[in-house]
Amino acid sequence: MGATHLPSTEFDGTGIDDRLEAEAEARLGDPVEPMVQLLAPDGTLGSDPVFSEYAERLDPAELRGFYADMAKIRRFDVEATALQRQGQLALWVPLTGQEAAQIGSGRASQPQDYIFPTYREHGVALTRNVDLAELLRQFRGVSNGGWNPKDTNFHLYTLVLAAQTPHAVGYAMGIQRDQKFAASAALADGTAGQATEPKAAVMVYFGDGASSEGDVHESMVFASSYKAPVVFFCQNNHWAISVPSSVQTRIPLANRAKGYGFPGIRVDGNDVIAVHAVTEWALERARQGEGPVLIEAFTYRVGAHTTADDPTKYRESAEEGRWRAKDPLERLEKYLRAEGVADDAFFEQVRADGDELAAYVRKTTHDLETPDIRTAFANTYVEAHPLVAEELAWFEEYSAGFADEAEPADTEAAN
Amino acid sequence: MTTMTIAKAINEGLRATLNNNPRALLMGEDIGPLGGVYRVTDGLIAEFGADRVVDTPLAESGIIGTAIGLSLRGYLPVCEIQFDGFVFPAFNQITTQLAKMHSRSNGNLTVPVVIRIPYGGGIGSIEHHSESPEALFAHTAGLRIITPSNPHDAYWMIQQAVDCQDPVIVFEPKRRYWLKGEVDTESPGPSADPFRAHVLREGTDATVVVYGPLVPVALAAANAAAEDGHSVEVIDLRSISPIDFDTVTESVQKTGRLVVAHEAPTFGGIGGEIAARISERAFHSLEAPVIRVGGFHMPYPVAKVEEDYLPDIDRLLEALDRALSY
Ligand SMILES: Cc1ncc(C[n+]2csc(CCOP(=O)(O)OP(=O)(O)O)c2C)c(N)n1
Repeated sequence: MGATHLPSTEFDGTGIDDRLEAEAEARLGDPVEPMVQLLAPDGTLGSDPVFSEYAERLDPAELRGFYADMAKIRRFDVEATALQRQGQLALWVPLTGQEAAQIGSGRASQPQDYIFPTYREHGVALTRNVDLAELLRQFRGVSNGGWNPKDTNFHLYTLVLAAQTPHAVGYAMGIQRDQKFAASAALADGTAGQATEPKAAVMVYFGDGASSEGDVHESMVFASSYKAPVVFFCQNNHWAISVPSSVQTRIPLANRAKGYGFPGIRVDGNDVIAVHAVTEWALERARQGEGPVLIEAFTYRVGAHTTADDPTKYRESAEEGRWRAKDPLERLEKYLRAEGVADDAFFEQVRADGDELAAYVRKTTHDLETPDIRTAFANTYVEAHPLVAEELAWFEEYSAGFADEAEPADTEAAN
Repeated sequence: MTTMTIAKAINEGLRATLNNNPRALLMGEDIGPLGGVYRVTDGLIAEFGADRVVDTPLAESGIIGTAIGLSLRGYLPVCEIQFDGFVFPAFNQITTQLAKMHSRSNGNLTVPVVIRIPYGGGIGSIEHHSESPEALFAHTAGLRIITPSNPHDAYWMIQQAVDCQDPVIVFEPKRRYWLKGEVDTESPGPSADPFRAHVLREGTDATVVVYGPLVPVALAAANAAAEDGHSVEVIDLRSISPIDFDTVTESVQKTGRLVVAHEAPTFGGIGGEIAARISERAFHSLEAPVIRVGGFHMPYPVAKVEEDYLPDIDRLLEALDRALSY
């Protein structure tokens, strides 16, 4: 493998006028950011002056783990889509195509890091050991969250686009402050220089569409100003529902970071090894106090935006076909087989594990209990609130009025 | 007269607007080839082109902010916000800029921006897709707020909103998008004034005031009450800012009892404003306190329990019972 920095294909097939693109480039005076790729679509491993070192750290078990995770989450995605079709979920947000971006980045994080997802980061959730059945609570309409973020340092999904990006920066600023507190405490009690908590960073996910929201701009300003230990991870899957990424940005998204004063890297988002390497680099850098990084994972949402969406209305299926040829799983499978790192038995086992996960998810989804609206009364405020108490009392009295009517039906059901 | 759904009526209303006003344009996320997530703008980009039907970047503050600029330059932007819960990134532009531009300029500037927002629950959706934030906007002077409840109004109100020189927010009851009804595309008839309430059903014992998604619920409750021998008048408010207090007052002077219902939380809602005004205007006619029916003081709950949250026929009947018991 020769060149590892491939030219960008940002505007391929999006109907953008080449002349406009050239003009924009000329005005900016900067070349289009190259894209980091290590594992090519044909399964061969290239080299990179900075990131090969990170790829070399990976042992065979980790590489197999990447594959297993990607296959698992794809299987989960298929299952959740089926559950939605069967009326078990109100909506599903599929991730097929984005497995490498999610597993590669999620696996580069450490337990002490804190992750802020959007709503499609099921693969990242898997790497953070979130019970995938819990992810489905939100889509089944039984919870607006579904898991305790404190258990896994994986924050709740956020549906208002980009709203989580300033939270991530604030959290990272909190980590900075904690380090200062710890340092001065250590000085005071004479334990300076002794082992301390591992350093932590924050990673926040958002899409190419969300990158247009003002919150992203403001959070990047804060992150840069305070050199916050945060990694902005943008999955550029090329479509914000029906709007192509060319409407959100005329330059590669990664290039925007320069304007804020921190590094931006575009990585092949379908190359799990490169994504892992770049993210590990960025997180290490952040933990060492060197400030934020923007990673743009250049990938593609192969399926619909959600189960409520119809992509045939706005894009050609040929485009989807071109991206399927860059499939992240097939690419890694080729490499693992060629290197003799994984054999048929391994892939068979992965398939079986996937089916087992799917069966588990199916069963637990059916069992997810419908909450009582009383829990919503209880959780609106931390402390007692007279208006909530008054409304709850009204609700109890009102519901009691139906108790007589409900009884015959209940008895019937019991028979 | 033709029969169509509310969604189709708005689509036709927008088509008429684009045909009649060369300076009118639509702006929003996914309103182009997709036709909007509710397909309300279906087919319009093919007909009018990308300059008139603008698929914008994903940025609500940007949409409303640039619409303000366009309107200052003499254009008539009609903005679509994808869902109620996603209007808040634009809240700043709407409340601090759009609403105040005319007054700040001592009347020299007008910003006739129209904002369409699908609102309300009952569609089994996930967080931020079912909210009723109308009171947050009604509290801001400088904005007009209307909400159609049937296809005929939907067809005309969107056009009237564009014709209005003030900024207008059109809250569209999304769970009624597929409700069918007759539309007279030749003449608005009694719907000529979008800021006037309509008495949909006459009655003598009590008045129920509703708007948008709860209109069919109130009509059904009035029918149920009739079976118990109660004659209930139903008013479709249609305009939330301004509110047509004359029509409501007149009704209450006749019936002596008032129930106001909306999906938004009762506390701080439109119902409270109506209750207070009617208490002032028709104190001597009232035979019972004004009763409000609305959502609870909690974030809109998860879909599986929204039935417990949303005012339904039973909740309206219970309120009517209370009013009638005085
Ligand atoms: C503030 C806000 N506006 C609009 C929406 C509706 N919406 C949901 S997803 C989406 C597209 C998001 O695209 P992108 O950020 O690229 O992420 P992707 O879904 O492709 O992963 C839109 C417009 C929303 N959730 N939040």
